[in-house]
Amino acid sequence: MAANGSGVTAGAQVDLTAVRARDLTRRYGAGATEVHALRGVSLDVERGQLVAVMGPSGSGKSTLMHTLAGLDKPSSGSVTIAGIEITELDDASMTRLRRDHIGFVFQFFNLLPMLTAEENVLLPLTIAGEAPDREWLDQLLTKTGLHDRRRHRPSELSGGQQQRVAIARALVSKPTILFADEPTGNLDSRTGGEILELLRDSTREYGQTIVMVTHEARAASIADRILFLADGLIVRELTDAHPAQVLDVMSTLQS
Amino acid sequence: MTRVALRGLLGRKLRAGLTAFAIVLGVAMVSGTFVLTDTIKAAFSTVFTAVYQNTDAVISGRSAISRSSNGNAQSPPSLPASLLGRVRALPEVASASGSISDTAQLVGRDGKVISSGGAPGLAFSYAPSGRRFSPLTLASGRFPREADQIDIDASTARKYGFRVGQRIGVVARGPVRRFQIVGTVEIGGVSSLGGATMTIFTLPEAQRLFDKVGRYDQISVAARHGYTSNRLVQAIRPLLGPSAQVRSGRAQARQATKDTSGFLNIFQDFLLAFGGIALFVGSFVIANTLSITVAQRTRELAILRTLGASRRQVLGSVLLEALLIGALASVIGLALGLLLAKGLNSLLASFGIDLPQTATVFKTRTVIVALAVGIVITLIAALRPALRATRVAPISLVREGSLLPPSRWSRYGTQAALGTILGAIALMLIGLFVSTLSTGLRLLGVGAGALALFIGVAMLAPQLVPPLARLLGWPATRVGGAPGQLAQGNSARNPARTASTASALMIGLALVTLVSVLAAGLRSGFESSVNSAFIANYAITAANNFSPISLASEQRAARIPGVTAVVGVRAGAGRAFGSNVNVTGVPPNASRAIRVDWAHGGPQIPAQLGSNGAFVSQAYARAQHLHVGSPLSLETPSGSHLQLKLIGITNPPKGASPYGDISISEATFDRAYQNPQNLFTFVNMSGGVTAANSARLTAALAGFPDAKVQDKTQFINNQLQGLTSLLNLLYVLLSLSVVVSLFGIVNTLVLTVFERTREIGMLRAIGMSRRQVRRMIRHESVITALLGATFGIPLGVLLAALIGATINFGTFTVPVGTLVVFVFLAVITGLIAAIWPARRAGKLNVLAALSYE
Repeated sequence: MAANGSGVTAGAQVDLTAVRARDLTRRYGAGATEVHALRGVSLDVERGQLVAVMGPSGSGKSTLMHTLAGLDKPSSGSVTIAGIEITELDDASMTRLRRDHIGFVFQFFNLLPMLTAEENVLLPLTIAGEAPDREWLDQLLTKTGLHDRRRHRPSELSGGQQQRVAIARALVSKPTILFADEPTGNLDSRTGGEILELLRDSTREYGQTIVMVTHEARAASIADRILFLADGLIVRELTDAHPAQVLDVMSTLQS
Repeated sequence: MTRVALRGLLGRKLRAGLTAFAIVLGVAMVSGTFVLTDTIKAAFSTVFTAVYQNTDAVISGRSAISRSSNGNAQSPPSLPASLLGRVRALPEVASASGSISDTAQLVGRDGKVISSGGAPGLAFSYAPSGRRFSPLTLASGRFPREADQIDIDASTARKYGFRVGQRIGVVARGPVRRFQIVGTVEIGGVSSLGGATMTIFTLPEAQRLFDKVGRYDQISVAARHGYTSNRLVQAIRPLLGPSAQVRSGRAQARQATKDTSGFLNIFQDFLLAFGGIALFVGSFVIANTLSITVAQRTRELAILRTLGASRRQVLGSVLLEALLIGALASVIGLALGLLLAKGLNSLLASFGIDLPQTATVFKTRTVIVALAVGIVITLIAALRPALRATRVAPISLVREGSLLPPSRWSRYGTQAALGTILGAIALMLIGLFVSTLSTGLRLLGVGAGALALFIGVAMLAPQLVPPLARLLGWPATRVGGAPGQLAQGNSARNPARTASTASALMIGLALVTLVSVLAAGLRSGFESSVNSAFIANYAITAANNFSPISLASEQRAARIPGVTAVVGVRAGAGRAFGSNVNVTGVPPNASRAIRVDWAHGGPQIPAQLGSNGAFVSQAYARAQHLHVGSPLSLETPSGSHLQLKLIGITNPPKGASPYGDISISEATFDRAYQNPQNLFTFVNMSGGVTAANSARLTAALAGFPDAKVQDKTQFINNQLQGLTSLLNLLYVLLSLSVVVSLFGIVNTLVLTVFERTREIGMLRAIGMSRRQVRRMIRHESVITALLGATFGIPLGVLLAALIGATINFGTFTVPVGTLVVFVFLAVITGLIAAIWPARRAGKLNVLAALSYE
């Protein structure tokens, strides 16, 4: 886990919050062209929760996720992951934090074409120079239905299978938090549904904390909590919502 | 469509700039060579014109032997003093004056002969009566009046800190003598003639010193008013025998310029060849870079095609881009060439080739050739990527990735590559072994064959890259961790691209290897030859190892107590059976110092030569169909014909022979050649090589600063010095093409990083550190470089074996140590090439990279 004494302070042991954000603002540009993507967002993601972030385009949902994941720096405010304040981390510390605490699933699967499915899954561990837990790997590959496809290269896999590889890759290091950016955006609805099920299961079975950005009501409805963003602020929150409820909220936001 | 191409180019400034750079260096080399040689030629022409400006006619000795390959002892015969009287008596002549020009060396304060890398020490006479003809102008002091006074050239005086009034040692024919410097001079308006020193004696002293009492080397004539120099030349001609000639002053200047131009033209071709190699390598880089950029623009090209652009328009837009890049590169290269000319000059100066220069000459021809070469080569290199760009189908718009459609001929790729390689080797074999063809054709065959061989291997390379990359990348996976493993995978991801990048480096490495293998063969051949032939204790040679030296040191050595044998080997040029030959004069006891195998005769032959005996090498005997007893007519530089009889045939060692083509007795040589000189003097002493003997010999020859005493090992090393210098020069010139290929690697890496932006973003997001990203790029670069070495070094050895088989250079030796060094250099090239692309990759903003499309 995080290397103590290297400038990164470990969080409190009993902290049940995986990610905490306080008063996040993010401005792009300056003067007349200044854009306020986030205007003061605070939130806590508890461990084991699946949180969906929704909002019309331009609402700031992607910026929020990027800021929470340390890919983008907020203009003000703070973000802690596993109790570690990340907004002031330098690149090397941030890299370590990503290895230990963060997993990513992208809309475009972003697999390495020259590696097999299994090698792609193991990539975060390979990069971190850590030995894989074979049992956990087997469990993951079984869970994602890739067991008999582990030697295949991405080009030999369907889109859904590729996204499963990406999810397995994100889970392999048992991160504190998994960020999923429109994970179904590039898939047909049936395959997308399977992927959502997989994410849901990983929260249920392994207690995996997930923050998912999506614009699909059906995707959001699998979440424990849904945060609705508009104009850089959290404007609504639903728990255990049905797709219909989600659509209702969305339609009020968009009008 | 033109506008699209231009906009596209502007939008990809960095890529365009990188592409251009591949050709800049080659163009710079071409234009730099022209500027340098034009400038030197102009300088020589100015000097010679100035030298002869007050002279209407010049009478000089005519050597029966035109330039020979080894330039030894072939100064033309001198003229009798009586000729001057007869010339002066002509009604057309206003005045005439005789002068001496020979060689003498100045001795520096360290007691050693002053010599900048092989440039001669020139000696001239000065007589007040000939003042109007003298090319010399005083920089300080006055001209010499007494026998012990001299002038020296201003450049040497400045460089070695000599001033008027000081004394300086001079070596002419005998031991060193001290003269007083009474003036410093310039010649033809320049202070130095390519690093040559100048010593000016009074005319009588010069005649005495060079054994030319009552003789002149040159008679300068001024016409009486009203007579043209042509009239004068016509009037003089009847007075001359066969060993003298007369030219107008202008013709003489032209001739002198032509003589030096001959050398300069060879020199120019030599440098241009390296420019050509750099351009050839550059064309590989350009073709590869354009292939990659076209591939990355697949989507853009597909959009254009969807919008109705024709294939011809696509072709045109890519070629237009290449044209602009080529033009830009050529202009930059041209400008860089001016700088390079200066750089080359100092490079040559550092190798001891110090050439005179005046104002930089920038001819129109230089501009035209440099621009044409740069643009045409870029266009040719662009042709293939441009044609492939036309094959981008509109449907590519909806496909991911940047892969060009395979070429129509790609399925015949391997056969075509093998065919090209076989054709190339056949072409080279024809060039190397079909002796009935002209030399020009044979050289063309070898050159074109080598070129085709490189192209053929480059065509085959994509097939070899995946397995080789796995092999060569293996160490990276061991030492580099995950970045190393990824680099190994990446290098095999686009085999054609990696192969093409590596091929550029392959060419440079193959040529460097070729040179080093040939040099190693020459070296070991020479060493083993000397080891078997050199059975003396010591050798005396000129301080510069190759100039013939006067017999005085030999005579001095013979008087040293303890010396048991002195064998002086005279060397000169001659003419036999219609071609120039090297002639050696050997003493009767030659076999006590030199051992060779005899095909006919034996070690007693040198003692049996008498006044008309000769021996030749077996190769020469075969070539001229000679047998023991065959008659042999040898023409000497003074025009006399020696009627000789062959009494022995040697079978000299392969690497180097102590004897020339034809060897005669020392006595006959000394009679037939004016001013006979020794190339080597071998000395045996009782007790052999000992510290005491070495010291005694060196001490006894202290008065001869131009004579260097050495034992066998020192002799070998000294004789190989020239080879080492040449080798170093070749390495430096070939490194240019390695630099070009280095830019090729940089290009490919930058473009690859650019193409894999999102992938690198993903890697960073899942925990790869900047260092790891940089390491990944570095490993990929090193793997590519190692691929270049893997193709290039064996290819170089193959070329060396082919070429070595035709030139008789003794043993074929593979300098394993040197080749290992080349592999390391390849690795270093890869590391250097990766610096900038790796930094760029490391600095990629993760978020921006991830959202990059």
